[in-house]
Amino acid sequence: MTTVFALVDCNNFYASCEQLFRPDLKNKPVVVLSNNDGCIVARSQEAKTLGLKMGVPMFQVQADIEKHNVVCFSSNYALYADMSNRVMTLLEQEAPQVEVYSIDEAFLDLSGVSAVEDLLSFGQAVKAKVDKWTGISVGIGIAPTKTLAKLANYAAKKYPATGSVVDLMRRDRQQRLLALTDVGEVWGVGRRLSKRLQEQGIYTALDLARTDPKRIRHEYSVVLERTVRELNGESCIALESVRPVKQQIICSRSFGHKITESRELREAISKYTYRAAEKLRAEQRLCRVMSVFIRTSPFIKNAPFYSKNLSVELPCPTDDTRDLLAVANSIFRRIWRPGFRYMKAGVILSDFYEPGSFQADLFSPVGSRRHAKGMMKVLDQINHSGIGHVFFAAQGVSPQWTMKRDYLSPRYTTCWQDLPRVS
Amino acid sequence: MRLTYLGASGSASYIAENSILIPLYGESVSAGFPSPAQDFVEKTLDLNELCIPHPAATFFVRAQGDSMIEAGIYSGDVLVVDRSLSASHGDTIIACLHGEMTVKVLELKPNVLLRPKNKAYKAIPITEESEFEVFGVVTSVIRKLDRM
Repeated sequence: MTTVFALVDCNNFYASCEQLFRPDLKNKPVVVLSNNDGCIVARSQEAKTLGLKMGVPMFQVQADIEKHNVVCFSSNYALYADMSNRVMTLLEQEAPQVEVYSIDEAFLDLSGVSAVEDLLSFGQAVKAKVDKWTGISVGIGIAPTKTLAKLANYAAKKYPATGSVVDLMRRDRQQRLLALTDVGEVWGVGRRLSKRLQEQGIYTALDLARTDPKRIRHEYSVVLERTVRELNGESCIALESVRPVKQQIICSRSFGHKITESRELREAISKYTYRAAEKLRAEQRLCRVMSVFIRTSPFIKNAPFYSKNLSVELPCPTDDTRDLLAVANSIFRRIWRPGFRYMKAGVILSDFYEPGSFQADLFSPVGSRRHAKGMMKVLDQINHSGIGHVFFAAQGVSPQWTMKRDYLSPRYTTCWQDLPRVS
Repeated sequence: MRLTYLGASGSASYIAENSILIPLYGESVSAGFPSPAQDFVEKTLDLNELCIPHPAATFFVRAQGDSMIEAGIYSGDVLVVDRSLSASHGDTIIACLHGEMTVKVLELKPNVLLRPKNKAYKAIPITEESEFEVFGVVTSVIRKLDRM
Protein backbone atom coordinates (compact mmCIF):
# COMPACT_ATOMS: atom_id res chain seq x y z
CA MET A 1 0.00 0.00 0.00
CA THR A 2 1.28 3.49 -0.80
CA THR A 3 2.14 5.54 2.20
CA VAL A 4 0.41 8.90 2.56
CA PHE A 5 1.63 11.59 4.93
CA ALA A 6 0.20 15.00 5.63
CA LEU A 7 2.08 17.78 7.34
CA VAL A 8 -0.20 20.23 9.11
CA ASP A 9 1.48 23.47 10.09
CA CYS A 10 -0.10 26.43 11.90
CA ASN A 11 0.39 29.76 10.16
CA ASN A 12 2.42 32.29 12.18
CA PHE A 13 1.40 30.33 15.24
CA TYR A 14 2.45 32.52 18.18
CA ALA A 15 1.34 35.69 16.44
CA SER A 16 -2.00 34.09 15.48
CA CYS A 17 -2.62 33.08 19.12
CA GLU A 18 -2.13 36.68 20.19
CA GLN A 19 -4.33 38.07 17.39
CA LEU A 20 -7.16 35.64 18.07
CA PHE A 21 -8.05 37.41 21.34
CA ARG A 22 -7.25 40.88 20.07
CA PRO A 23 -9.48 41.49 17.07
CA ASP A 24 -8.11 45.04 16.95
CA LEU A 25 -4.77 43.53 15.87
CA LYS A 26 -6.19 41.67 12.90
CA ASN A 27 -4.20 42.58 9.77
CA LYS A 28 -1.70 44.52 11.89
CA PRO A 29 2.01 43.82 12.23
CA VAL A 30 2.55 41.73 15.38
CA VAL A 31 5.77 40.16 16.65
CA VAL A 32 6.43 37.81 19.55
CA LEU A 33 9.71 38.08 21.43
CA SER A 34 11.90 35.38 22.89
CA ASN A 35 12.59 34.91 26.59
CA ASN A 36 13.57 38.12 28.26
CA ASP A 37 12.16 40.05 25.29
CA GLY A 38 15.43 39.51 23.44
CA CYS A 39 14.78 38.54 19.83
CA ILE A 40 11.88 38.23 17.42
CA VAL A 41 10.69 34.62 17.39
CA ALA A 42 7.36 34.95 15.55
CA ARG A 43 5.80 37.39 13.15
CA SER A 44 2.36 38.00 11.73
CA GLN A 45 2.10 38.12 7.94
CA GLU A 46 2.08 41.92 8.10
CA ALA A 47 5.28 41.96 10.18
CA LYS A 48 6.92 39.65 7.64
CA THR A 49 5.87 41.96 4.83
CA LEU A 50 7.54 44.85 6.68
CA GLY A 51 10.79 42.89 6.38
CA LEU A 52 11.22 42.12 10.09
CA LYS A 53 13.40 39.03 10.22
CA MET A 54 13.27 36.01 12.48
CA GLY A 55 15.80 35.94 15.29
CA VAL A 56 16.95 39.55 15.14
CA PRO A 57 17.59 41.18 18.51
CA MET A 58 14.87 43.65 19.48
CA PHE A 59 17.21 46.61 19.92
CA GLN A 60 18.38 46.33 16.31
CA VAL A 61 14.89 46.89 14.93
CA GLN A 62 13.53 49.24 17.60
CA ALA A 63 13.30 52.12 15.13
CA ASP A 64 11.32 50.07 12.57
CA ILE A 65 9.02 48.82 15.27
CA GLU A 66 8.16 52.32 16.40
CA LYS A 67 7.87 53.68 12.88
CA HIS A 68 5.37 51.05 11.76
CA ASN A 69 3.51 50.69 15.08
CA VAL A 70 4.41 47.03 15.32
CA VAL A 71 2.75 45.45 18.35
CA CYS A 72 5.19 43.40 20.46
CA PHE A 73 4.37 40.54 22.79
CA SER A 74 6.51 38.65 25.26
CA SER A 75 6.23 34.88 24.79
CA ASN A 76 3.04 33.68 26.47
CA TYR A 77 3.77 29.97 26.68
CA ALA A 78 0.64 29.15 28.68
CA LEU A 79 -1.49 30.50 25.84
CA TYR A 80 0.50 28.88 23.03
CA ALA A 81 0.57 25.49 24.73
CA ASP A 82 -3.19 25.56 25.25
CA MET A 83 -3.90 26.54 21.65
CA SER A 84 -1.46 23.92 20.39
CA ASN A 85 -3.25 21.25 22.43
CA ARG A 86 -6.54 22.21 20.86
CA VAL A 87 -5.15 21.94 17.34
CA MET A 88 -3.46 18.60 18.05
CA THR A 89 -6.58 17.18 19.72
CA LEU A 90 -8.61 17.99 16.61
CA LEU A 91 -6.02 16.42 14.31
CA GLU A 92 -6.09 13.28 16.43
CA GLN A 93 -9.84 13.12 15.84
CA GLU A 94 -9.39 13.40 12.08
CA ALA A 95 -6.50 11.07 11.31
CA PRO A 96 -5.80 7.50 12.34
CA GLN A 97 -2.27 8.36 13.49
CA VAL A 98 -0.64 11.65 14.45
CA GLU A 99 2.90 12.57 15.29
CA VAL A 100 3.13 15.92 17.06
CA TYR A 101 6.31 17.23 15.51
CA SER A 102 6.55 20.58 17.25
CA ILE A 103 4.27 23.02 19.06
CA ASP A 104 2.73 24.10 15.73
CA GLU A 105 3.33 21.15 13.38
CA ALA A 106 2.08 17.58 13.14
CA PHE A 107 2.50 14.73 10.68
CA LEU A 108 -0.61 12.67 9.97
CA ASP A 109 -0.53 9.17 8.57
CA LEU A 110 -3.28 9.08 5.96
CA SER A 111 -2.45 5.72 4.39
CA GLY A 112 -5.80 4.15 3.74
CA VAL A 113 -7.73 7.39 3.76
CA SER A 114 -7.33 7.73 -0.02
CA ALA A 115 -9.31 4.54 -0.46
CA VAL A 116 -12.42 6.18 0.94
CA GLU A 117 -11.93 9.82 0.20
CA ASP A 118 -10.24 12.21 -2.16
CA LEU A 119 -7.11 13.42 -0.36
CA LEU A 120 -7.41 17.03 -1.43
CA SER A 121 -10.98 17.36 -0.15
CA PHE A 122 -9.99 15.52 3.02
CA GLY A 123 -7.20 18.05 3.57
CA GLN A 124 -9.52 20.95 2.87
CA ALA A 125 -12.07 19.60 5.35
CA VAL A 126 -9.41 19.21 8.06
CA LYS A 127 -8.13 22.70 7.41
CA ALA A 128 -11.63 24.19 7.54
CA LYS A 129 -12.39 22.42 10.80
CA VAL A 130 -9.17 23.46 12.56
CA ASP A 131 -9.59 27.04 11.32
CA LYS A 132 -13.17 27.26 12.57
CA TRP A 133 -12.89 25.38 15.85
CA THR A 134 -9.67 26.93 17.10
CA GLY A 135 -9.35 30.16 15.13
CA ILE A 136 -5.84 29.14 14.08
CA SER A 137 -5.34 28.80 10.34
CA VAL A 138 -3.19 25.96 9.08
CA GLY A 139 -1.49 24.86 5.89
CA ILE A 140 -1.54 21.21 4.83
CA GLY A 141 0.82 19.34 2.51
CA ILE A 142 -0.01 15.79 1.44
CA ALA A 143 2.54 13.44 -0.17
CA PRO A 144 3.84 9.87 -0.17
CA THR A 145 6.87 10.74 2.02
CA LYS A 146 7.48 13.03 4.95
CA THR A 147 10.09 15.04 3.06
CA LEU A 148 7.68 15.60 0.15
CA ALA A 149 4.87 16.42 2.60
CA LYS A 150 7.10 19.12 4.07
CA LEU A 151 7.67 20.45 0.57
CA ALA A 152 3.97 20.32 -0.25
CA ASN A 153 3.32 22.31 2.93
CA TYR A 154 5.91 24.86 1.86
CA ALA A 155 4.07 25.22 -1.45
CA ALA A 156 0.73 25.52 0.36
CA LYS A 157 2.13 28.51 2.25
CA LYS A 158 4.03 30.07 -0.59
CA TYR A 159 1.32 29.94 -3.26
CA PRO A 160 -1.99 31.46 -2.06
CA ALA A 161 -3.83 30.00 -5.08
CA THR A 162 -3.54 26.57 -3.44
CA GLY A 163 -5.90 27.62 -0.65
CA SER A 164 -3.29 26.37 1.80
CA VAL A 165 -3.80 22.70 0.93
CA VAL A 166 -1.54 20.91 -1.55
CA ASP A 167 -1.91 17.30 -2.67
CA LEU A 168 1.45 16.16 -3.99
CA MET A 169 0.70 12.48 -4.50
CA ARG A 170 1.14 12.55 -8.27
CA ARG A 171 4.69 12.21 -9.56
CA ASP A 172 4.39 14.82 -12.32
CA ARG A 173 3.23 17.40 -9.78
CA GLN A 174 6.10 16.49 -7.47
CA GLN A 175 8.62 16.98 -10.26
CA ARG A 176 7.16 20.34 -11.20
CA LEU A 177 7.39 21.64 -7.63
CA LEU A 178 10.86 20.18 -7.09
CA ALA A 179 12.09 22.05 -10.16
CA LEU A 180 10.71 25.33 -8.77
CA THR A 181 12.20 24.93 -5.31
CA ASP A 182 15.65 25.87 -4.07
CA VAL A 183 17.57 22.97 -2.61
CA GLY A 184 17.85 24.90 0.66
CA GLU A 185 14.09 24.58 1.19
CA VAL A 186 14.27 20.80 1.37
CA TRP A 187 13.63 19.34 4.84
CA GLY A 188 16.94 18.59 6.52
CA VAL A 189 19.10 20.60 4.11
CA GLY A 190 20.53 23.44 6.14
CA ARG A 191 22.26 26.58 4.99
CA ARG A 192 25.76 25.10 5.12
CA LEU A 193 24.75 21.97 3.29
CA SER A 194 22.89 23.85 0.58
CA LYS A 195 25.98 25.98 -0.04
CA ARG A 196 28.08 22.86 -0.51
CA LEU A 197 25.47 21.33 -2.81
CA GLN A 198 25.27 24.49 -4.91
CA GLU A 199 29.02 24.41 -5.38
CA GLN A 200 28.51 21.02 -6.99
CA GLY A 201 25.82 22.35 -9.30
CA ILE A 202 22.86 21.12 -7.27
CA TYR A 203 20.59 24.17 -7.10
CA THR A 204 17.04 22.94 -7.03
CA ALA A 205 15.28 20.19 -5.13
CA LEU A 206 14.93 18.40 -8.46
CA ASP A 207 18.70 18.50 -8.99
CA LEU A 208 19.08 16.83 -5.61
CA ALA A 209 16.39 14.25 -6.36
CA ARG A 210 18.21 13.30 -9.57
CA THR A 211 21.57 12.77 -7.89
CA ASP A 212 22.64 9.18 -7.38
CA PRO A 213 21.75 8.26 -3.77
CA LYS A 214 24.87 6.13 -3.42
CA ARG A 215 27.06 9.03 -4.40
CA ILE A 216 25.26 11.24 -1.89
CA ARG A 217 25.79 8.72 0.86
CA HIS A 218 29.46 8.49 -0.05
CA GLU A 219 30.08 12.24 -0.27
CA TYR A 220 27.66 13.51 2.35
CA SER A 221 25.79 11.27 4.73
CA VAL A 222 23.31 8.50 5.02
CA VAL A 223 20.81 11.09 6.24
CA LEU A 224 21.01 13.06 3.01
CA GLU A 225 20.79 9.86 1.01
CA ARG A 226 17.50 9.18 2.75
CA THR A 227 16.36 12.68 1.79
CA VAL A 228 17.13 11.94 -1.87
CA ARG A 229 15.15 8.72 -1.74
CA GLU A 230 12.25 10.50 -0.04
CA LEU A 231 12.26 13.21 -2.72
CA ASN A 232 11.77 10.41 -5.24
CA GLY A 233 8.71 9.13 -3.43
CA GLU A 234 10.31 6.31 -1.49
CA SER A 235 9.19 6.60 2.13
CA CYS A 236 12.14 6.12 4.48
CA ILE A 237 11.02 8.04 7.54
CA ALA A 238 8.10 6.54 9.36
CA LEU A 239 5.65 8.24 11.65
CA GLU A 240 6.85 8.33 15.22
CA SER A 241 3.51 7.90 16.84
CA VAL A 242 5.00 7.49 20.27
CA ARG A 243 6.72 10.62 21.35
CA PRO A 244 10.39 9.77 21.65
CA VAL A 245 11.78 10.21 25.12
CA LYS A 246 13.76 13.38 25.35
CA GLN A 247 17.49 13.00 25.01
CA GLN A 248 18.20 16.14 26.90
CA ILE A 249 16.51 18.56 29.25
CA ILE A 250 17.61 22.16 29.15
CA CYS A 251 16.55 24.89 31.55
CA SER A 252 18.07 28.21 30.77
CA ARG A 253 17.00 31.82 30.81
CA SER A 254 18.33 35.23 30.19
CA PHE A 255 18.11 37.53 33.17
CA GLY A 256 16.06 40.69 33.49
CA HIS A 257 19.17 42.56 34.53
CA LYS A 258 22.84 41.65 34.34
CA ILE A 259 24.04 39.66 37.33
CA THR A 260 27.39 40.43 38.92
CA GLU A 261 27.05 38.70 42.27
CA SER A 262 27.93 35.07 42.74
CA ARG A 263 25.07 34.45 45.17
CA GLU A 264 22.48 35.66 42.70
CA LEU A 265 23.85 33.58 39.87
CA ARG A 266 24.09 30.50 42.07
CA GLU A 267 20.46 30.92 43.10
CA ALA A 268 19.39 31.19 39.48
CA ILE A 269 21.25 28.00 38.62
CA SER A 270 19.70 26.26 41.62
CA LYS A 271 16.28 27.31 40.42
CA TYR A 272 16.90 25.93 36.90
CA THR A 273 18.27 22.76 38.45
CA TYR A 274 15.05 22.36 40.37
CA ARG A 275 12.96 22.90 37.21
CA ALA A 276 15.11 20.51 35.19
CA ALA A 277 14.86 17.81 37.86
CA GLU A 278 11.09 18.27 37.93
CA LYS A 279 10.92 17.79 34.15
CA LEU A 280 13.19 14.76 34.43
CA ARG A 281 10.83 13.15 36.92
CA ALA A 282 7.87 13.92 34.68
CA GLU A 283 9.65 12.02 31.89
CA GLN A 284 10.27 9.17 34.35
CA ARG A 285 13.96 9.12 33.64
CA LEU A 286 17.17 9.29 35.61
CA CYS A 287 20.13 11.26 34.29
CA ARG A 288 23.82 10.72 34.67
CA VAL A 289 25.37 13.77 33.05
CA MET A 290 24.78 17.31 34.16
CA SER A 291 26.15 20.49 32.59
CA VAL A 292 26.00 24.03 33.82
CA PHE A 293 26.80 27.09 31.75
CA ILE A 294 27.09 30.79 32.46
CA ARG A 295 27.78 33.58 30.04
CA THR A 296 27.90 37.31 29.47
CA SER A 297 26.20 39.06 26.56
CA PRO A 298 27.96 38.77 23.20
CA PHE A 299 26.15 41.89 21.99
CA ILE A 300 27.73 44.41 24.32
CA LYS A 301 30.68 46.03 22.64
CA ASN A 302 33.83 46.88 24.57
CA ALA A 303 32.86 44.54 27.41
CA PRO A 304 34.85 41.37 28.04
CA PHE A 305 33.01 38.23 26.95
CA TYR A 306 33.01 35.22 29.20
CA SER A 307 31.29 31.93 28.57
CA LYS A 308 31.92 28.70 30.39
CA ASN A 309 30.27 25.33 30.28
CA LEU A 310 31.24 22.38 32.45
CA SER A 311 29.78 18.87 32.51
CA VAL A 312 29.92 16.28 35.24
CA GLU A 313 29.26 12.59 35.12
CA LEU A 314 27.48 11.41 38.24
CA PRO A 315 28.48 8.08 39.77
CA CYS A 316 24.92 6.87 39.55
CA PRO A 317 21.91 8.07 37.51
CA THR A 318 19.53 10.12 39.62
CA ASP A 319 16.38 12.22 39.53
CA ASP A 320 16.80 13.56 43.03
CA THR A 321 16.85 17.35 43.15
CA ARG A 322 19.20 17.24 46.14
CA ASP A 323 21.85 15.25 44.24
CA LEU A 324 21.59 17.53 41.25
CA LEU A 325 21.73 20.68 43.38
CA ALA A 326 24.93 19.45 45.00
CA VAL A 327 26.48 18.78 41.59
CA ALA A 328 25.27 22.10 40.15
CA ASN A 329 26.80 23.98 43.03
CA SER A 330 30.11 22.19 42.75
CA ILE A 331 30.24 22.94 39.01
CA PHE A 332 29.28 26.52 39.66
CA ARG A 333 32.18 26.98 42.07
CA ARG A 334 34.55 25.89 39.31
CA ILE A 335 33.20 28.05 36.49
CA TRP A 336 32.36 31.22 38.40
CA ARG A 337 34.65 34.18 37.69
CA PRO A 338 34.00 37.50 39.38
CA GLY A 339 34.09 40.79 37.53
CA PHE A 340 31.69 39.97 34.71
CA ARG A 341 28.14 41.05 34.05
CA TYR A 342 26.35 37.74 33.47
CA MET A 343 23.41 37.69 31.12
CA LYS A 344 22.46 34.05 30.90
CA ALA A 345 22.84 30.75 32.73
CA GLY A 346 21.43 27.30 32.40
CA VAL A 347 21.60 23.64 33.25
CA ILE A 348 21.47 20.69 30.87
CA LEU A 349 20.64 17.15 31.93
CA SER A 350 21.55 14.29 29.61
CA ASP A 351 22.51 10.60 29.38
CA PHE A 352 19.12 9.30 30.47
CA TYR A 353 18.26 5.94 31.98
CA GLU A 354 15.02 4.21 32.72
CA PRO A 355 14.68 3.52 36.43
CA GLY A 356 16.07 0.08 37.11
CA SER A 357 17.82 -0.28 33.77
CA PHE A 358 21.35 0.39 34.94
CA GLN A 359 23.87 -1.38 37.10
CA ALA A 360 23.92 0.21 40.51
CA ASP A 361 27.23 0.89 42.18
CA LEU A 362 28.14 -2.09 44.34
CA PHE A 363 29.87 0.07 46.90
CA SER A 364 27.42 2.93 47.15
CA PRO A 365 25.32 2.94 50.30
CA VAL A 366 22.25 0.95 49.31
CA GLY A 367 19.03 2.59 50.29
CA SER A 368 20.76 5.74 51.39
CA ARG A 369 17.96 7.66 49.78
CA ARG A 370 15.24 5.22 50.65
CA HIS A 371 12.56 7.87 50.83
CA ALA A 372 13.86 10.06 48.04
CA LYS A 373 11.26 9.01 45.50
CA GLY A 374 8.38 9.68 47.84
CA MET A 375 9.78 12.97 48.95
CA MET A 376 10.33 14.26 45.40
CA LYS A 377 6.83 13.12 44.50
CA VAL A 378 5.34 15.09 47.37
CA LEU A 379 7.42 18.10 46.43
CA ASP A 380 6.23 18.00 42.81
CA GLN A 381 2.63 17.45 43.87
CA ILE A 382 2.65 20.46 46.17
CA ASN A 383 4.20 22.65 43.50
CA HIS A 384 1.78 21.53 40.80
CA SER A 385 -1.33 21.73 42.95
CA GLY A 386 -1.36 25.49 43.15
CA ILE A 387 -1.60 25.23 46.93
CA GLY A 388 1.86 26.54 47.50
CA HIS A 389 5.43 26.54 46.48
CA VAL A 390 8.12 24.58 48.23
CA PHE A 391 11.69 25.17 47.26
CA PHE A 392 15.25 24.61 48.32
CA ALA A 393 17.05 27.34 50.21
CA ALA A 394 19.75 27.20 47.52
CA GLN A 395 17.26 28.80 45.13
CA GLY A 396 17.25 31.92 47.28
CA VAL A 397 14.31 33.57 48.96
CA SER A 398 14.01 36.84 47.07
CA PRO A 399 15.22 36.38 43.53
CA GLN A 400 16.08 39.58 41.67
CA TRP A 401 16.97 37.90 38.40
CA THR A 402 13.58 36.90 37.02
CA MET A 403 12.86 37.34 33.34
CA LYS A 404 11.93 40.53 31.63
CA ARG A 405 8.47 40.11 30.15
CA ASP A 406 7.28 43.62 29.57
CA TYR A 407 4.73 42.83 26.87
CA LEU A 408 3.06 39.73 28.23
CA SER A 409 -0.53 39.23 27.12
CA PRO A 410 -3.15 37.76 29.49
CA ARG A 411 -3.41 33.99 29.88
CA TYR A 412 -6.75 34.13 28.06
CA THR A 413 -7.42 30.40 28.10
CA THR A 414 -5.76 29.13 31.26
CA CYS A 415 -6.49 31.62 34.03
CA TRP A 416 -9.93 32.70 35.30
CA GLN A 417 -8.71 36.20 36.08
CA ASP A 418 -7.36 36.66 32.56
CA LEU A 419 -10.42 35.73 30.46
CA PRO A 420 -11.12 38.00 27.48
CA ARG A 421 -13.72 40.63 28.38
CA VAL A 422 -16.77 41.26 26.24
CA SER A 423 -19.30 44.03 26.64
CA MET B 1 35.69 19.18 29.25
CA ARG B 2 34.24 16.24 31.11
CA LEU B 3 34.68 15.83 34.78
CA THR B 4 33.87 12.69 36.69
CA TYR B 5 32.42 13.36 40.03
CA LEU B 6 33.76 10.69 42.33
CA GLY B 7 32.20 9.28 45.44
CA ALA B 8 28.64 9.72 46.58
CA SER B 9 27.94 11.52 49.74
CA GLY B 10 25.65 9.79 52.18
CA SER B 11 25.47 10.32 55.87
CA ALA B 12 26.11 7.49 58.27
CA SER B 13 22.56 7.53 59.48
CA TYR B 14 21.30 6.61 56.02
CA ILE B 15 23.68 3.68 55.77
CA ALA B 16 22.84 2.28 59.17
CA GLU B 17 19.17 2.29 58.49
CA ASN B 18 18.61 -0.62 56.15
CA SER B 19 15.63 -2.37 57.68
CA ILE B 20 12.87 -3.35 55.31
CA LEU B 21 9.25 -3.38 56.38
CA ILE B 22 7.16 -6.36 55.29
CA PRO B 23 3.40 -6.15 55.34
CA LEU B 24 1.65 -8.94 57.21
CA TYR B 25 -1.13 -9.31 54.64
CA GLY B 26 -0.96 -8.34 51.02
CA GLU B 27 -4.62 -7.48 50.75
CA SER B 28 -7.37 -6.52 53.08
CA VAL B 29 -10.29 -8.89 53.45
CA SER B 30 -13.71 -7.50 54.11
CA ALA B 31 -15.74 -9.66 56.40
CA GLY B 32 -18.99 -7.79 56.74
CA PHE B 33 -22.30 -7.44 54.93
CA PRO B 34 -21.63 -5.99 51.43
CA SER B 35 -23.03 -2.53 50.85
CA PRO B 36 -26.43 -2.81 49.15
CA ALA B 37 -25.79 0.48 47.34
CA GLN B 38 -22.62 -0.78 45.64
CA ASP B 39 -24.39 -2.04 42.54
CA PHE B 40 -26.09 1.28 41.98
CA VAL B 41 -23.00 3.42 41.79
CA GLU B 42 -22.87 4.31 38.12
CA LYS B 43 -20.87 7.44 37.75
CA THR B 44 -20.55 10.96 39.03
CA LEU B 45 -21.88 13.94 37.13
CA ASP B 46 -19.42 16.19 35.40
CA LEU B 47 -20.37 19.79 34.63
CA ASN B 48 -18.01 19.76 31.65
CA GLU B 49 -20.13 17.07 30.09
CA LEU B 50 -23.17 19.30 30.40
CA CYS B 51 -21.60 22.54 29.17
CA ILE B 52 -18.68 21.57 26.96
CA PRO B 53 -19.39 18.99 24.26
CA HIS B 54 -16.46 20.27 22.15
CA PRO B 55 -13.55 21.04 24.50
CA ALA B 56 -11.07 21.86 21.71
CA ALA B 57 -13.44 24.52 20.40
CA THR B 58 -14.62 25.92 23.72
CA PHE B 59 -13.42 29.22 25.15
CA PHE B 60 -14.50 31.20 28.17
CA VAL B 61 -15.01 34.95 28.18
CA ARG B 62 -16.16 37.31 30.92
CA ALA B 63 -19.16 39.56 30.35
CA GLN B 64 -18.97 43.24 31.18
CA GLY B 65 -21.71 45.85 31.33
CA ASP B 66 -25.49 45.61 31.14
CA SER B 67 -26.29 45.32 27.42
CA MET B 68 -27.55 41.73 27.81
CA ILE B 69 -29.31 41.77 31.17
CA GLU B 70 -32.70 40.88 29.66
CA ALA B 71 -31.11 37.71 28.33
CA GLY B 72 -29.89 36.89 31.83
CA ILE B 73 -26.28 37.85 31.21
CA TYR B 74 -24.89 40.11 33.91
CA SER B 75 -21.62 41.88 34.34
CA GLY B 76 -19.00 39.46 35.67
CA ASP B 77 -20.65 36.30 34.31
CA VAL B 78 -18.46 33.72 32.61
CA LEU B 79 -19.78 32.81 29.18
CA VAL B 80 -19.08 29.45 27.59
CA VAL B 81 -18.36 29.97 23.90
CA ASP B 82 -18.39 27.13 21.38
CA ARG B 83 -16.60 27.92 18.12
CA SER B 84 -17.59 24.65 16.48
CA LEU B 85 -21.21 25.77 16.12
CA SER B 86 -22.35 27.82 13.16
CA ALA B 87 -24.19 30.92 14.31
CA SER B 88 -27.81 31.10 13.22
CA HIS B 89 -30.68 33.53 13.66
CA GLY B 90 -31.42 34.16 17.32
CA ASP B 91 -28.15 32.81 18.71
CA THR B 92 -26.30 34.70 21.38
CA ILE B 93 -22.85 35.18 19.92
CA ILE B 94 -19.47 36.64 20.66
CA ALA B 95 -18.70 38.92 17.75
CA CYS B 96 -15.56 40.76 16.80
CA LEU B 97 -16.88 44.13 15.69
CA HIS B 98 -14.55 46.95 14.69
CA GLY B 99 -11.72 45.42 16.68
CA GLU B 100 -13.70 44.72 19.84
CA MET B 101 -15.24 41.61 21.29
CA THR B 102 -18.90 41.95 22.12
CA VAL B 103 -21.77 39.68 23.20
CA LYS B 104 -25.08 40.21 21.41
CA VAL B 105 -27.95 38.32 19.84
CA LEU B 106 -27.48 37.71 16.13
CA GLU B 107 -30.44 38.42 13.89
CA LEU B 108 -30.32 37.45 10.23
CA LYS B 109 -33.85 38.32 9.13
CA PRO B 110 -35.14 40.57 7.84
CA ASN B 111 -31.80 42.38 8.21
CA VAL B 112 -28.47 41.32 9.65
CA LEU B 113 -27.95 42.99 13.01
CA LEU B 114 -26.61 42.55 16.50
CA ARG B 115 -29.30 43.07 19.11
CA PRO B 116 -28.49 43.99 22.69
CA LYS B 117 -30.92 42.60 25.26
CA ASN B 118 -31.58 45.86 27.05
CA LYS B 119 -34.21 48.32 25.92
CA ALA B 120 -31.88 51.20 26.66
CA TYR B 121 -29.58 50.14 23.79
CA LYS B 122 -30.07 50.21 20.03
CA ALA B 123 -29.48 47.33 17.66
CA ILE B 124 -26.27 47.50 15.61
CA PRO B 125 -26.80 46.98 11.89
CA ILE B 126 -24.20 44.85 10.12
CA THR B 127 -23.36 46.00 6.62
CA GLU B 128 -20.76 45.20 4.02
CA GLU B 129 -18.51 47.86 5.55
CA SER B 130 -18.70 46.50 9.10
CA GLU B 131 -15.55 44.81 10.29
CA PHE B 132 -17.51 41.91 11.61
CA GLU B 133 -16.69 38.33 12.42
CA VAL B 134 -18.34 35.71 14.60
CA PHE B 135 -15.95 34.48 17.29
CA GLY B 136 -18.32 31.81 18.58
CA VAL B 137 -21.75 30.92 19.89
CA VAL B 138 -22.51 31.38 23.60
CA THR B 139 -23.96 28.13 24.95
CA SER B 140 -23.98 28.59 28.73
CA VAL B 141 -23.71 31.30 31.36
CA ILE B 142 -21.89 30.66 34.60
CA ARG B 143 -22.66 32.98 37.49
CA LYS B 144 -21.30 32.81 41.00
CA LEU B 145 -23.94 33.97 43.45
CA ASP B 146 -23.06 36.55 46.04
CA ARG B 147 -23.01 35.31 49.62
CA MET B 148 -23.58 37.42 52.69
